[in-house]
Amino acid sequence: MFEARISTEPFDIGNEHARLARLGPHVGAIVTFTGQVRDGVLELETWPGAAERRMAALLAEARARWPIAGATIVHRHGRLEAGEPIVLVAVAAAHRAEAFEAAAFLMDWLKTAAPFWKKEADGTWVDAQERDIEAARAWDRR
Amino acid sequence: MAETVRLLYFAWVRERIGVAHEVVPLDQPLLLHELVARLCKRSAGHEAALAEQGRLRAAINEAFVGWDAKVAPGDEVAIFPPVTGG
Repeated sequence: MFEARISTEPFDIGNEHARLARLGPHVGAIVTFTGQVRDGVLELETWPGAAERRMAALLAEARARWPIAGATIVHRHGRLEAGEPIVLVAVAAAHRAEAFEAAAFLMDWLKTAAPFWKKEADGTWVDAQERDIEAARAWDRR
Repeated sequence: MAETVRLLYFAWVRERIGVAHEVVPLDQPLLLHELVARLCKRSAGHEAALAEQGRLRAAINEAFVGWDAKVAPGDEVAIFPPVTGG
């Protein structure tokens, strides 16, 4: 099961985890990462359609690199309050090493290759961080 | 093939231009930076949004491209700041 979607609603981490846990007896490790709003309120803009297709392409790339059994990406958009979850990346695999690596790869690339833009409460658009771009590029050298 | 190109704008590019999308005439293929130069002349908002290409990214038909990419009539071109999701 490989699934990428966008949503204005909160996601249920337990439910997403359970769906990966049910994939079968070959699954021995599930890594979940959630990002949440730090400090103030955020408005997240996205490009619907292109965003899901880009995230699905990242899932395909992760499958090509690691023997993973399933993965889920959920990225929220719209208005989000401090402490609200923004993004979920969950990866199921036989063993933890590939689950951790694939989850880190997906997060790094999600930040620099998927069409989402964050705006702060005062109307300032968040600038892209060079360290995020470098983190994503580093996977190409492995 | 349509003699137009559909443009999509996101984040502060959309805010400065004042619309999220628009359709402009295009009868011959041209390079993306040439199209952007034309767009800059459409309004002060276009100029403010598009003058600094170094601060912008672009996609043609959803594929991220550089400014030397070719744009053909019928294409969909998106222009936006570097993404900041996750």
